[in-house]
Amino acid sequence: MDTPRRLISALAITAVLATSGCAVNELNRGDSSGTLAGTLDGAGSSAQASAQAVWIAEIQNANGRLTVNYEPSGSGAGREAFLAGGLDFAGSDSALTAAEAENGLGACVPGTGAINLPLYISPLVIIVNIEGVDALNLDAATAALIFRGEIRQWDDPRIQELNPNAALPSATITAVHRSDASGTTKNFTDYLAQAAPDEWQADAADAFPYGGESAQGNSGVVNAVTNGRNTIGYVDASRAGDLTIAALKVGDEFVAYTREAAARVVEASPLEEGRADDDLAIAIDRTTTEPGAYPLVLVSYLIACREYPNPADAELVRGYLSWVASPEAQELAAEFAGSAPLSEGFTDRVLDAIEGIR
Amino acid sequence: MTTPAPGQAPAAPTGQIDAVERRGDRVFSRIAVGAGTAILVALAAVAVFLIAQSLPALWAPEGSFRGTDGTFWDYVAPLAFGTVWAAALALLMAVPLAVGIALFISHYAPRRLAQPLGYIIDLLAAVPSVVYGLWGITVLAPATVPLYEWLAENAGWFPLFAGPASGTGRTVLTVAIVLAVMVLPIITALCREVFVQTPTLHQEAAYALGATWWEMVRMTVFPYARSGIISASMLGLGRALGETMAVAMVLSPSAIISFAVIQSENPSTIAANIALNFPESAGIQVNALIATGLVLFVITLVVNSVARWIVSRHERSLESR
Amino acid sequence: MTQTAPRPATSSRSAGAPVDGANAYVSGRLPRWAAPGLTAACLGGAITVMALLAAAGAIAEFSLVLAIAIGTIASIVLVTAISLMAEGRRAATNRFMIALVISAFVLALLPLVSVLSTVLVNGSARFDLEFFTWSMRSVIGEGGGALHAIVGTLQITAWATLISVPIGLFAAIYLVEYGRGPLARAITFFVDVMTGIPSIVAGLFAYALFVLIFGEGVRMGFAGSVALSVLMIPVVVRSSEEMLKLVPDELREAAYALGVPKWLTIAKVVLPTAAAGIITGITLAIARVIGETAPLLIVAGFTASMNYTVFSERMQSLPVFVYTQYANPGSDVEFYLERAWAGALTLIIIVMALNLIARLITRLFQPKAGR
Repeated sequence: MDTPRRLISALAITAVLATSGCAVNELNRGDSSGTLAGTLDGAGSSAQASAQAVWIAEIQNANGRLTVNYEPSGSGAGREAFLAGGLDFAGSDSALTAAEAENGLGACVPGTGAINLPLYISPLVIIVNIEGVDALNLDAATAALIFRGEIRQWDDPRIQELNPNAALPSATITAVHRSDASGTTKNFTDYLAQAAPDEWQADAADAFPYGGESAQGNSGVVNAVTNGRNTIGYVDASRAGDLTIAALKVGDEFVAYTREAAARVVEASPLEEGRADDDLAIAIDRTTTEPGAYPLVLVSYLIACREYPNPADAELVRGYLSWVASPEAQELAAEFAGSAPLSEGFTDRVLDAIEGIR
Repeated sequence: MTTPAPGQAPAAPTGQIDAVERRGDRVFSRIAVGAGTAILVALAAVAVFLIAQSLPALWAPEGSFRGTDGTFWDYVAPLAFGTVWAAALALLMAVPLAVGIALFISHYAPRRLAQPLGYIIDLLAAVPSVVYGLWGITVLAPATVPLYEWLAENAGWFPLFAGPASGTGRTVLTVAIVLAVMVLPIITALCREVFVQTPTLHQEAAYALGATWWEMVRMTVFPYARSGIISASMLGLGRALGETMAVAMVLSPSAIISFAVIQSENPSTIAANIALNFPESAGIQVNALIATGLVLFVITLVVNSVARWIVSRHERSLESR
Repeated sequence: MTQTAPRPATSSRSAGAPVDGANAYVSGRLPRWAAPGLTAACLGGAITVMALLAAAGAIAEFSLVLAIAIGTIASIVLVTAISLMAEGRRAATNRFMIALVISAFVLALLPLVSVLSTVLVNGSARFDLEFFTWSMRSVIGEGGGALHAIVGTLQITAWATLISVPIGLFAAIYLVEYGRGPLARAITFFVDVMTGIPSIVAGLFAYALFVLIFGEGVRMGFAGSVALSVLMIPVVVRSSEEMLKLVPDELREAAYALGVPKWLTIAKVVLPTAAAGIITGITLAIARVIGETAPLLIVAGFTASMNYTVFSERMQSLPVFVYTQYANPGSDVEFYLERAWAGALTLIIIVMALNLIARLITRLFQPKAGR
């Protein structure tokens, strides 16, 4: 390792660049390509962070004078800041309520309200790390009992019944949940609450309602499940890596997650009632029995005003959001952030809503 | 501090000949007073902010808090306990070690070795807490699992080590070790600086009286450095109480009060709880989190008062001897 | 560091045998090689026995850490016991404490070395030219750099230092040189309390303060500096106060006797004498805050682009960079983790450089060692 020499040259170059001007990759910043120019500030859901980074990178490449900032400070923080008027748009794992969306929003023209746009769909998976097991089937009821701590052993008859061919060890289950409040937990518990109401007995919530082992963030859960023994946890599908992913029982068959299966359940789900036509908050139907639909998904929203006080802002937001909703952007996010692209029929609805932003 | 440390005479009392007073003196002393007052003002501003933001949570109805159906006090009790518990465990490990290291560097290691060692210790204070967190979950926690299993099997009768042991090692004891490692450089660096200031004459006098090395340390270095050691420990304690990211990353928290240190369910700390829940909080939940911050503020206040009281009592008993 | 702490000239000083009243024949001195030799023998013995046991299948697996622990404890007990028999109680106590001090040092070095080597090994993968010349603007997946974060961290920390050091140092001077009465007591007490402010609360406080001035949604590097100052000031005050207290009063009195005004005494005699310690304290304070993530994410914001002005717009900083790279990676996790580790390594190196510069400056100011 020639770290010292590298260090000296790196320090020298950093010093020169830091005092003289710009990062190498920003030297052509400010060229007049593209039609969008200005700065757009967003914040919120950290689940969207890597997808936002991809979307922002591409649109900035196409529009040299545009800068989009997205702070992954958390959905709650993002919604609060947007409601207070500090942001141009927010990212959130749960939609603004109808009341919040219609009433006084700091950043918007008074009385016009905001819209929820479901632009980031990410499948969640249940990951396991059990010695000698490389495939596992679960249904919602069993998963609920495992995560509640009611089923304590891997060779419990209720698990064996679902996995007649697996060599399940007689070992204690360590079920790892998220220690931080998160949209991932909310969607996971929502799935259990809808699909196994008798076993779960708690409402969907940001914070995991029962005790047990816990870890911070997707990274922490992956880490705990990988480094522990006989562990189980739930994470964003993109983070599962080499770990074994459990197949979920939908209807009468076990469905392994795919992006298409995740997008299908979103398309099949109704919108929340009592909202305006362009306010697309989805009430995900986790009890679906539709073949090939995977009900354990996280839907994250981008939230924008219907009407901005400054028309230039409106143009930037419209430009950015319609890019995000475009099939190319959705494909990019699927490739680099592991999300599920919006289905075609749904894309048109979202684009219609975005066109209405003034 | 009410009583001066040994070797420190108070500023000349009135009536004695003071230094010559010039205009420069007045300006200088006013700047000094101004700086002191600025700190009080800043702290008062923080306190006002904390209290104003906390009030809604203190009167919030039962059930508006995460993880409990009770009032704010039910919500904050396990957190307050966990904060003090983790910091106490950490300090219990860190202070004796830090004093030992500082002594080794200042009074035992050959001088050519001592300086680079001191330098390395200073550096370690600079490792960001995110890195300690990463190290804690990737290196330390997995390494402790066999130890915890052994403890649960063989020392499980002792309440602290009651089983079942955690399968991932992310327990409050692991957190305490991480915290101890984090505060070690801070305490060591300050102790070392204080130790090397021990008057050479005192030390040589001790040796001249036939003292062994340890007797010299006990008779000259420790009395001289006592107030410094306490201050250094207080700084370390402050960091341990308020540490956010490393605890959040390493600990497997639950809303419980428990003295068991090797289980899966551990009491969380206030700072870590704020970091874990703030991003997804809105409205009254944000107020509740800031109110827990106020509680941490009060805890620090109490802990510091107790420490100061102990020190002053100790010093008085020394004087009366 | 020009202090001259006397060190033990030999491994055991005269134990004062006659005083102990022990047999002069027994209370001789152990040869110099005795303690290190015994320690080496114990360590070697423990490792060998453990390895043999493991080979014979008597224990599950060979654990070097356990062997060293057993060897160390055995050697401490053995050396103390032999010394007690041969040299008497006082010398035995001395040997026991020396053994403890050395083991404390070695024991503490283990995790510290482990942390440092982890950062070095993982951080060197992306420690290249691109890392120091690129920002993350329009970078997807592989590549990219942290120049924007480095510039941000340096500026934010510099401003925080600029705020904290004068206030903290003068407050310490007040406490040591002027302070009497309730104001001094209040400051002493509340400075301790201030160390307990959680960093995220400092961030929220700074945000609330700047919202009052600039309105909702304000993000600027300077607000981050203010938040960091809240965390930094108590560390500066505490450490500087301790160092100023240690300046011998003889020096002050000598200056007064020569008719030097008090403020010049402080500026020319007290401060330079305590300079080394004060600088260490300030370096520690900088080290304490330079790695803060939470407050900066709240008030200084997050951006992938360069920003050279602390007084407007979002500004990236290294800890936020490291944390977000770790917490929100894309599909190719390793690229993000490599950037995170390289960022952590950079942060440590920055503090190392600051430390070095500070020490050089101290050397210029310090009075020539005449002791």
